[in-house]
Order: sequence, then structure tokens, then C-alpha cells
Amino acid sequence: MNFNLTLIGQMISFGVFVWFTMTYVWSPIMKALQERKAKIAEGLAAAERGHQEKALGEQRALETLKDAKAQAAEILGQANKRASEIVEEAKTDARGEGQRLIVSAQAEIEHETNRAREELRQKVATLVIAAAEKILKKEIDARAHQSIIDDFARQI
Amino acid sequence: MSTAETLTSQCYIHHHLTHLALGWLPADKTELIGSHHHGLVLAANADEIANMGFWAIHLDTMFFSILLGWLAFSFFRKVAERAIVGVPSGAQNFVEWVLDFIDENVRGSFTGRNPMVAPLALTIFVWVFLMNAMDLLPVDLLPWLWGQFWSLFGANPHHVFLRVVPTADPNTTFAMALMVFFTVLYYSFKVKGVGGFLGELTLQPFGVWGLPANIILEGISLLSKPISLALRLFGNMYAGEMIFILIALMYSGSTVLSVSAGGLQLVWALFHILIITLQAFIFMVLTVVYLDMAHQTHH
Repeated sequence: MNFNLTLIGQMISFGVFVWFTMTYVWSPIMKALQERKAKIAEGLAAAERGHQEKALGEQRALETLKDAKAQAAEILGQANKRASEIVEEAKTDARGEGQRLIVSAQAEIEHETNRAREELRQKVATLVIAAAEKILKKEIDARAHQSIIDDFARQI
Repeated sequence: MSTAETLTSQCYIHHHLTHLALGWLPADKTELIGSHHHGLVLAANADEIANMGFWAIHLDTMFFSILLGWLAFSFFRKVAERAIVGVPSGAQNFVEWVLDFIDENVRGSFTGRNPMVAPLALTIFVWVFLMNAMDLLPVDLLPWLWGQFWSLFGANPHHVFLRVVPTADPNTTFAMALMVFFTVLYYSFKVKGVGGFLGELTLQPFGVWGLPANIILEGISLLSKPISLALRLFGNMYAGEMIFILIALMYSGSTVLSVSAGGLQLVWALFHILIITLQAFIFMVLTVVYLDMAHQTHH
């Protein structure tokens, strides 16, 4: 075992290597490792967030679907109601119209009846007068007995 | 075994355990050890290295440790420069895996806050692991190539040395352990304050009246940290290398011996994979634990 200058030389080499490793090897690689760690953590957090958002979105979609269904049902119900209302209204209108037609027809009938009766009365009067004229050609003056004839005609 | 064979075995082991050393060999020592040269020279044997004293440097240790460190950390840096936040590529995956492993261990044993500890741990683990892993190369491969290379220039390959495992050189392990020790001292003073740290050394565990005993106990426990750190790694690697050398020696024996050497080498290499990893890991974890202790303000 000879201790000599080699000892000093090796001490210097060792010191230089430690310094070199500290400056040029350890820090950059550790920095890269730290950065990668941060990046991975970030990625994992983002994935987690995405997951949550997906679940939230699904829930929201379900809710929207439910709302839409309810709305559709409501609209359908309203439409049905409206339709039956319209039918009902139409029925009422038709019934009213029919009634009115009946009423007007009856009025017409009555009017026609009255007119026919009047006409008949006129004709009867004429006929009576004619008959009376024939019977009473000689004794009765048509003009003098007009009031009697009218009276008679009115009683028919 | 004849004397000649014993001699060659000894030579072989010695050859493998001698560093490629550059140093100043004083002229007055050459006579003593029978050297043929002096001044600034490459040592021709272990005696010369010993006589160079402190001002010698193991070129092989320095070269392989710096080469391995440079390869590993420049690769890491290249990956770090191109590091992307998105899905990482193969190389980045690997580097991130290593860093994550270190970071987890540091978080597990270091409770304070210090941005320097984790990179320190990474450097120790990777560097020590690679230096240890040099043990898995066949013991003769690089030294033989080195010898052949120098014999091209007329050198005697028996006097050309090369040790490829830097952690089997106590200079390396003690250098790292001392740097760790100084770091521990620095943070002890910084975090606990001079008074706090000295108090911890002198007033525990027997209170103010047991001061001498406290100093001895705490002093030993403080000093044993770098020494045990360095010796554990050195011992394991030196022993591992030694066993590889002894197994390699068997190849020069009979056929039966050679075949069993092959099996042994494989088994030991497989087992050694565990050791090189474990020793690198232990050095790292203990460093982190010592630094953690330095950062604790209350005992």
C-alpha cells in the first residue's frame, strides 16, 4: 500500500465528477422527471374531469328527454281537448242551424198557409158572390150588399 | 512445485499487483535498490515505487478511473441534455431508472434538505460500480496487451505494469472516503455550529465529567467512518482481484487444473458481480447515512 500523489489526484477527480453530476446530470433530469410528473397528474385530473362532465351531460340529456316527453304529452292532451271542443262546437252550431232552419221553414209554412187561406178566402168570396149573383141576379145589387158579403167571407 | 515455478508464480502475482507509476526516483536510492535509472521515471518494480515516496502517481489508476468516470458521466450528460418531458427513449429510460433508484435510496436514509447529497450518491454509485466492474475483465487481458504494446518499442514486458481495477488501489478508496469525510465535517460544522459539533464530540455519551472518555469514543467513531469506508471497498476489490490472479495461475498447471480453473473463474466472476454492485451500493448508502448524521441537530 503506497499512498502517494494518486490520492490527491483521485480526490480531485472525485470532486470534479461530483460537481459535474450535480450541475449537468442531476438537475436537468430531475427537472424533466418533475415536469413529467406534473404533466401526468394534470392529464389524470383532466380525465377525471372529463368523466364527471360526461356523467353530468348524460344526466342533463336524460332530464331534457324527460322534459320533452312531458311537453309532448301536454301538447297532445291539449290538442285532443281542442279537437273535442271543436267537434262539440260544430255540433252545437249544427244543432242551432237546424233549429233555425226548422223555425224559418215553419214560418214559411205558416206564411204560405196564410197566403193560401187569403187566396182561398178571396176565391170563395168571388165564388160566393158569383153564386149569389147567379141566385140573386135580379134582386140584389152587388154594390149595395158588399159589406154583407165581406162579413161573410171573413168568417170562413 | 519446484523453486523455479514458485518464483514465476511469485513474479506473476507481483507483476499483477504493481502499478504503472510515474515518479521522482532520487539518485541516492538507486544504489540501495539496484535501479538502473533515477529522476522522473516510470517505476520498473515495486521497490522503486516505494522509494519514490509521496511524489509518485499511479498512471493506471488515474487513467482507468478518469476514463470510466468520463465515459459514464458524459453519457449521462448527453442524455440529460436531450432529456424530454414526454415518453422517454431507451437511453433516457435507463438513466432515469438509475436516478430514480438513487433518489429513492437517498430519500430513504437522508432526512435533511441538501441538493448536493443525491448527485454525490449518484456519482459514488456509478463511478465505484464501473471501477469495480473492471475486475470482471480477464486479469491478464489488458496487462498483456499493454506489455505487448511496449515490447514493440523494445521494452521488456515483465517490467511494464498495469493494474486495471482502480478501486483495488487504496489511493482511490481513501481519496473518496476522505472527500466524504471532509464533506461530513463541513456540514457538521455548518449545520450544528462549531459549538454544537464540538459539544457532540466531547459531551457525549457520559456528560461533562466523562470528557476524556467522550473524546476518545466519539473521536474513534468519527475517524472510523472514512477508514472503514475506504478499507471495506479496497479490501473487497483487492481480495477479488487476488482470487482472479490465483485462479489464473491454475491455468499454467495440468489440464485438469486448467479446466477446473475455467469453472472457478466463471463461478467467481458471477459471484463477483454481486460483490461489485454491493460494494458500490454500500459505499453510497453509508456516505448518505454519514451525511444524514451530519445534518441532524439533535442526537
